[in-house]
Amino acid sequence: MIRFILLQNRQGKTRLAKYYVPLEDSEKHKVEYEVHRLVVNRDPKFTNFVEFRTHKVIYRRYAGLFFSLCVDITDNELAYLESIHLFVEILDHFFSNVCELDLVFNFHKVYLILDEFILAGELQETSKKAIIERMGELEKLE
Amino acid sequence: MAMHGMRGLSVFISDIRNCPNKDQERLRVDKELGNIRTRFKNEKGLTPYEKKKYVWKMLYIYMLGYDVDFGHMEAVSLISAPKYPEKQVGYIVTSCLLNENHDFLRLAINTVRNDIIGRNETFQCLALTMVGNIGGREFAESLAPDVQKLLLSSSCRPLVRKKAALCLLRLYRKNPDVVNVDGWADRMAQLLDERDLGVLTSSMSLLVALVANNHEAYWTCLPKCVKILERLARNQDVPQEYTYYGIPSPWLQVKTMRALQYFPAIEDPNTRRTLFEVLQRILMGTDVVKNVNKNNASHAVLFEALALVMHLDAEKEMMSQCVALLGKFIAVREPNIRYLGLENMTRMLMVTDVQDIIKRHQAQIITSLKDPDISIRRRALDLLYGMCDVTNAKDIVEEILQYLSTADFAMREELSLKAAILAEKFAPDLSWYVDVILQLIDKAGDFISDDIWFRVVQFVTNNEDLQPYAATKVKEYLEKPAVHETMVKVSAYILGEYSHLLSRRPGCSPKEIFSILHEKLPTVSTTTISILLSAYAKILMHTQPPDQELQNQIWAIFNKYESCIDAEIQQRAVEYFALSRKGAALMDILAEMPKFPERQSSLIKKAEDAEIDTAEQSAIKLRAQQQTSNALVVTDSRPANGTPPQVPVGQLSLVKVPSMISNEDHNSTDHALSHENGTLSKVDPQPPSADLLGDLLGPLAIEGPPGATVQSEHNAVSGMEGGPGAVDDVSAIVPIEEQENTVQPIGNIAERFHALCLKDSGVLYEDPHIQIGIKAEWRAHHGRLVLFLGNKNIAPLVSVQALILPPAHLKIELSLVPDTIPPRAQVQCPLEVANLRPSRDVAVLDFSYKFGANMVNVKLRLPAVLNKFLQPITVSAEEFFPQWRSLTGPPLKLQEVVRGVRPMPLPEMANLLHSFRIMTCPGLDPNPNNLVASTTFYSESTRAMLCLIRIETDPADRTQLRMTLGSGDPTLTFELKEFIKEQLISIPMAPRAPAPPAAALATPAATPTPQIPPNDPAALLAGLLG
Repeated sequence: MIRFILLQNRQGKTRLAKYYVPLEDSEKHKVEYEVHRLVVNRDPKFTNFVEFRTHKVIYRRYAGLFFSLCVDITDNELAYLESIHLFVEILDHFFSNVCELDLVFNFHKVYLILDEFILAGELQETSKKAIIERMGELEKLE
Repeated sequence: MAMHGMRGLSVFISDIRNCPNKDQERLRVDKELGNIRTRFKNEKGLTPYEKKKYVWKMLYIYMLGYDVDFGHMEAVSLISAPKYPEKQVGYIVTSCLLNENHDFLRLAINTVRNDIIGRNETFQCLALTMVGNIGGREFAESLAPDVQKLLLSSSCRPLVRKKAALCLLRLYRKNPDVVNVDGWADRMAQLLDERDLGVLTSSMSLLVALVANNHEAYWTCLPKCVKILERLARNQDVPQEYTYYGIPSPWLQVKTMRALQYFPAIEDPNTRRTLFEVLQRILMGTDVVKNVNKNNASHAVLFEALALVMHLDAEKEMMSQCVALLGKFIAVREPNIRYLGLENMTRMLMVTDVQDIIKRHQAQIITSLKDPDISIRRRALDLLYGMCDVTNAKDIVEEILQYLSTADFAMREELSLKAAILAEKFAPDLSWYVDVILQLIDKAGDFISDDIWFRVVQFVTNNEDLQPYAATKVKEYLEKPAVHETMVKVSAYILGEYSHLLSRRPGCSPKEIFSILHEKLPTVSTTTISILLSAYAKILMHTQPPDQELQNQIWAIFNKYESCIDAEIQQRAVEYFALSRKGAALMDILAEMPKFPERQSSLIKKAEDAEIDTAEQSAIKLRAQQQTSNALVVTDSRPANGTPPQVPVGQLSLVKVPSMISNEDHNSTDHALSHENGTLSKVDPQPPSADLLGDLLGPLAIEGPPGATVQSEHNAVSGMEGGPGAVDDVSAIVPIEEQENTVQPIGNIAERFHALCLKDSGVLYEDPHIQIGIKAEWRAHHGRLVLFLGNKNIAPLVSVQALILPPAHLKIELSLVPDTIPPRAQVQCPLEVANLRPSRDVAVLDFSYKFGANMVNVKLRLPAVLNKFLQPITVSAEEFFPQWRSLTGPPLKLQEVVRGVRPMPLPEMANLLHSFRIMTCPGLDPNPNNLVASTTFYSESTRAMLCLIRIETDPADRTQLRMTLGSGDPTLTFELKEFIKEQLISIPMAPRAPAPPAAALATPAATPTPQIPPNDPAALLAGLLG
């Protein structure tokens, strides 16, 4: 199961943080700091998996943004790695050619999209089409 | 796509982005927080739009890492907003800002429930999402049935149902006791027929959690899972939107195979065949392609299929395919695949016996141990660790050691721990084990936990052959220029204990060893100084003949640290200084440490206990619990030297002694004996074996109640607790040559004697070196005693001498006492006693032995006392009165008024007489305050002689009584009268007596009681009462 999802830029600024396990604020800050340090200097030729405490961080870098999922050590790494890409594709579709600024100024939308993609630390929907359509419905309600 | 902007929010985000530095950013944030706080305080003028905007700003600030300690209420209150835009913000921000333990969430439960059971589908979704993300126990309690209903509802859109499935999963994972899933098997099976792959994906996650918990209940889901997998793998009827780079939902495939891993076996042959066809297709049909995403997705499916094949195991043919595939993967360049190859090979080791096949890849795996990516190195290390056995341990450990010097810090601790465990588990010989650990300490001292060096000390202590080797080795390391402190600790310990074994070798004299160790003292921390001080004390003790110069040197160090600010060091310094002047006591207190009881390596335990926190227990672990494969047996095997069977101490110790005591009265010696019997062992014709010693020592010094060593240490030092000044005083008072009796007895000798007067077996004497037990049998005027001389030490007791100083009335023959008592052995010395005539005089055993340079001599009263020659007899009135009347007066019949009697009720007095084998004859005296009693006394001169006793008590004054005693022999009459009087006045060891009376306490511990002249009872009384 996914313990938390982080979107951080190279400088360590958090662009999105979603926790599916109860953590105190101070602990969240610590986690964000540690995960950033863990992934930011890794060689692009390295694996996309890195141990973090008793879990595993599956991360992927898109331009200056790091998408990190913290999962159980028994989880299927590649499946989660590709779920990151699927999420990026959804964002890309939604924002048409997504860049970091889109995510910054529309962070509330990103949370909304994430809630249609992942729930309770598990994948909820893997159809890009279904999620984009759902977002369209929600946009109309605003 | 249209962006519904919130101008205020965008402006704020721009402002933050434009801040040139962190300080400016903080100022801007603080300003905004102040603004929001003010606006929230004045809620009346706040429009829903503004409220929404401020709550978003709060979330943004929070995301940047600033503390937001207000406004939670406003966020929660938005949940109750009637319109979607506000409600949505309320739900999303609440689930980001608060966690399940937050009190405010309670306030929202009602609204959330209303949204869930309401008709607004959008609201349902928002509520399900928040509960699914942060729902706690109270949510589970109040919402689970509603969520279950939604999941099964046919009128709900898939959108709601997939959220309901995952919301339920969360509630179930968090509180399985609250969510009622009885009878859910059918519903889950029904859910698996779902055509919508979104709902199916969510439901499959729920199924995994349910099956992991109870696979038996969900067996009807098994064929459905296989069907789903088949549908996906054959790409039948999979909508385009659910294929990912041409692969039918890899995530659902993975989840489905995960669920299947929780079923122990597949019974139905058709289902089984279908599944194996699918798996075969996945294993053989997955090619490496150029597109990264496609490649990852297909390999995600492939690795899950591998896991499922490993689990189903039976098809050996497929298993070898798996091993072949993994062998290929661990050699590829693509890092993710190589990583997963290594990881899955390790998993494979856990489920099947493929050790031999995997060993072929050892070289390849070792290459990965040196990969630049730490993630790969870790997997390689895990695999090497898992595949290690006796055949390759040396190679693998050497590799790890070699790698250790260049490994980065993040891995050194793990490398060291694993190398230490492997060295311990698979050591071909123990000296190699010692080598490995010392190398580890040398190369990665900072990463060596205490457990590791404690363990090597345990091994060395328990294996005598290893001791000289270990001592030589640590000495070599100490001579190196830079030595890690952990090395100093191990070396100090080992050299302290065992350097004397090397003393004949060049460069290994006590003085040299001391100076090598002492060189390190200025550079080490306080804990290590303590260990060094112990080592010095031990070196000093082992220096034979004593070396005055070394002694002065070490004493000077002790002196210096007597005022150390660290209490531990100070105590050691003071005590070792005092002890090192104690001669023989030192030898025992500082004797070699006893062996450690064999136990599971704390290292291995540490490795096994490694916390694994997963949402569901892993299928492999579950499986491992159900059945142990060969591989697991290897993992569990004990250290090479094995565990000696644990023999309960009771079986080895002298059974008779404690068993006879146990049904006696609650005497204080009972306690002393019961925890000392571990030290009494039967005489062993051969020197006891090492294992036997280990077992005997176990309860004594390691796990049992405070053992002899501890106690004696306490005794020896207790006199010096007044601080350094007091030490000087003592040493000034006690000249060296008079230190003969520095050995302190354990327990009160007088009490032990008195206890033995009343019973026939027990401990007569004990000190740190020896325990003397006694067991006696009496028949008429003959007695047979056996002395049990037990050497408690691991060194022999020499010059053992036992002399009996018999009084005139006893004839005592002692059989030969051996000159030497071997270590830990016990010898029995029978003693024949004959009673010639009545007397209260006591025989004395003059016992001496030599331990080290010290002569110990004690004089002990033997419990061959008058009452041992009594035989209780009950006489009738017809027998009593004629006899009584025939004894007309002195010297055959004596009467005395006894004062100063310990007040006691009559029955207690009767019991007391019984314990001396004097029988009361109830009913003979009409006065209930009087006692009449009788006994038979045996001696060579008197033969069996009847004694009659009458005691008249005064209920008004229980401290006095009149006693009349008659027998056919004047000496007997007098002696017995005096004997009984002594017992009534001072009952040294009477049951329940709170403390021995003054007379007993005044008795010098190691000398017999001075005999009061039998012809002067008045003086006796005066002495006792004055």
